[in-house]
Amino acid sequence: MKVLAAMSGGVDSAVAAARAVDAGHEVVGVHLALSAKPGTLRTGARGCCTIEDARDARRVADLLGIPFYVWDFAERFTEDVIETFVGEYAAGRTPNPCVTCNEKIKFEALLEKAIALGFDAVVTGHYARLRIVDGVPELRRSADEGKDQSYVLASLSAEQLRHAMFPLGDSVKSEVRAEAAERGLMVADKPDSHDICFIPDGNTKAFLESRLGRKPGKLVDAKTGAVLGEHTGIHGFTVGQRKGLGIEAPAPDGRPRYVLALEPVSGTVKVGSAEDLGVRVIEGDRATWPAKPLDGPTECQVQVRAHGGVAPAVAVADGEDRVRVELREPLRGVAPGQTLVLYRPDAEAGDLVLGAAKITGTRR
Amino acid sequence: MTSTQRPARSAYLDHAATTPMVPAAVAAMTQALSEVGNASSLHSSGRRARRMVEEARESIAEALGARPSEVIFTGGGTEANNLAVKGIYWAQHKENPARRRVLVSAVEHHAVLDAAQWLADDMGAELALLPVDAEGRVSPQAVRTALEADPDGVALVSVMWANNEVGTINPIAEIAAVCAEFGVPLHTDAVQAVGAVPVDFADSGATALAFSGHKLGGPYGIGALLLTREAQCTPLLHGGGQERDVRSGTLDVPAIVALAEAVRYAVKELPDTAERLAGLRDELVRGVLAKVPDAVLNGPRLDGDRLPGNAHFSFPGCEGDSLLMLLDARGIECSTGSACTAGVAEPSHVLLAMGVDPRHARGSLRFSLGHTSAKADVEALLAEIEGVVERARKAGLTTRRAGRVRT
Repeated sequence: MKVLAAMSGGVDSAVAAARAVDAGHEVVGVHLALSAKPGTLRTGARGCCTIEDARDARRVADLLGIPFYVWDFAERFTEDVIETFVGEYAAGRTPNPCVTCNEKIKFEALLEKAIALGFDAVVTGHYARLRIVDGVPELRRSADEGKDQSYVLASLSAEQLRHAMFPLGDSVKSEVRAEAAERGLMVADKPDSHDICFIPDGNTKAFLESRLGRKPGKLVDAKTGAVLGEHTGIHGFTVGQRKGLGIEAPAPDGRPRYVLALEPVSGTVKVGSAEDLGVRVIEGDRATWPAKPLDGPTECQVQVRAHGGVAPAVAVADGEDRVRVELREPLRGVAPGQTLVLYRPDAEAGDLVLGAAKITGTRR
Repeated sequence: MTSTQRPARSAYLDHAATTPMVPAAVAAMTQALSEVGNASSLHSSGRRARRMVEEARESIAEALGARPSEVIFTGGGTEANNLAVKGIYWAQHKENPARRRVLVSAVEHHAVLDAAQWLADDMGAELALLPVDAEGRVSPQAVRTALEADPDGVALVSVMWANNEVGTINPIAEIAAVCAEFGVPLHTDAVQAVGAVPVDFADSGATALAFSGHKLGGPYGIGALLLTREAQCTPLLHGGGQERDVRSGTLDVPAIVALAEAVRYAVKELPDTAERLAGLRDELVRGVLAKVPDAVLNGPRLDGDRLPGNAHFSFPGCEGDSLLMLLDARGIECSTGSACTAGVAEPSHVLLAMGVDPRHARGSLRFSLGHTSAKADVEALLAEIEGVVERARKAGLTTRRAGRVRT
């Protein structure tokens, strides 16, 4: 096949591209330039995808003997990922920008361009297992439980998955690093990337404040309605958050308080106890189904954030677009805006992704 | 694409980026590389090296209508341009602090544009961009208007002899005459012009003229600034003062010898080469416009003031990077504009200054011919361009959304 390898300059995408070459595919490497700050006479400064990363990717492509190009997706990234991220926080939701980037940039903007240019698939260094069985995608957790990225890929459509290749799915990270070293790729020891690429200092709160300004509001006890304090904007909070609430007086029962809900119109942050945080029902929309929508109530495990655990539940599809999940036990820290992913446990082959949806609401 | 391997023979249509060294220059350089001698040393090896440098200097001066003492060797075109822009500004400003303005054409190469921008950002200079017409040309009247606005405050005017992207040749002698009326020095970046069109430094009336070895069949890493004897220029590089105390650094004898060979060859062959390349170029342009009727030729008309080896098009609905990749996969090598470190194609400041729609600017390609170009190169392009544009157009539709202008 003719495949386009998205090469970030890191070790994972480097080994993924190398494996695609070994598998006999015709591979072209592309580094996505995702950030462009306007300069005076020249646009050059790059915040997240640095010149060094582009150079590392280029050197890997040199060693693999594949053509390499840098493509500018800065405008699409700004519109589809950064603006969405800011807008979601402003609306009191908690977005996952990596999910958006996979949905809108790597497997939409890049994939569509690749297909139009004559490629069959986009190859990335994600840790997830993907097989296409009779045209139906089977997306499973990675062999490396700690690195598994099936969560951030689960909301890709079946059509997107049919044109994706994840050559690292059966490997663990240490193997990938060892293989990079063996292949002589200079990125073998490059540190893992963390946090959000367009917020290099990791201070999400400051980034959001610089974009959204200060929008003071009240911190309110969810049960009594008593005002417990002031805050500078709901975008500084996430459902389930405990630290940094800025409440001086301790709770009457002396136990920690958590963010239960965010109300964007009034700018109210509702807080309460750990028990109040637990939800039994999760609702989502914008559902995607790698194979087909759920057929009646389905026993499954749900995951509600990128690095969170799973909880047993029964899920029901409401049409093609909506999902409703009833949990066996109350689950804490379920934030609207995050992705709800449904898995069917499979210790042998890896948990299978049944579907995914964007969390719209919860009920106790 | 047929294979990720390069096709056996590639059609190299990027001579404006760099052109192969001429055999005489390779031979001269190879010979000189095996000899010892610092041209500043006083013993016989040093004298031999010095003699080679001075003969090269005289040869270059003769070929380009300069005096030998006006040839200052530099480490390439970028250094020569930086030396002229910064050095002349500093000297002018030092002599009279009222001279703060730098007038630079809007379509200059970054070696001039960014040097001037730096003077404005960090040295207290005032930068004014001279407008160009739709073909990328600077009119003498535009220079006059800018000078008249503040006749005593201008330190330097810089206008390129020929543009690297769209190939426009400027009326340098007329512009120099205007500058002379106001007593303001004119620098001209002639990196694309020397060897491609007749260049006579004395006749041009310019104060300074920069050119580069590897653009005309010489080696990389060597260039020169032609600087009139009366011009004041503060050095960028301080040290041994080797080049008229304007440029320091041990002279690169093999590169200088090879540069002289290349200049001599290019200037001697120029009438024939120019005619041959213009013929090939016209064939290329007519062929592309026949295969892709809505392609737009940017820059001057074919019978206008245009570098003989330059063809530059916008392909509406396409992105330059898609076109470049598809052609590259078919063994056809060209450029989306001038090369940039990160490898990202930004909309060209040259095209934007000419008033080209930013959407069209993104879908632009430059094909540039040089001394090794042959009919087969043009035919290879014409065999592929239609299919490539069609495919790139499909890809362009996916990245552009209805109703939104992408700039």
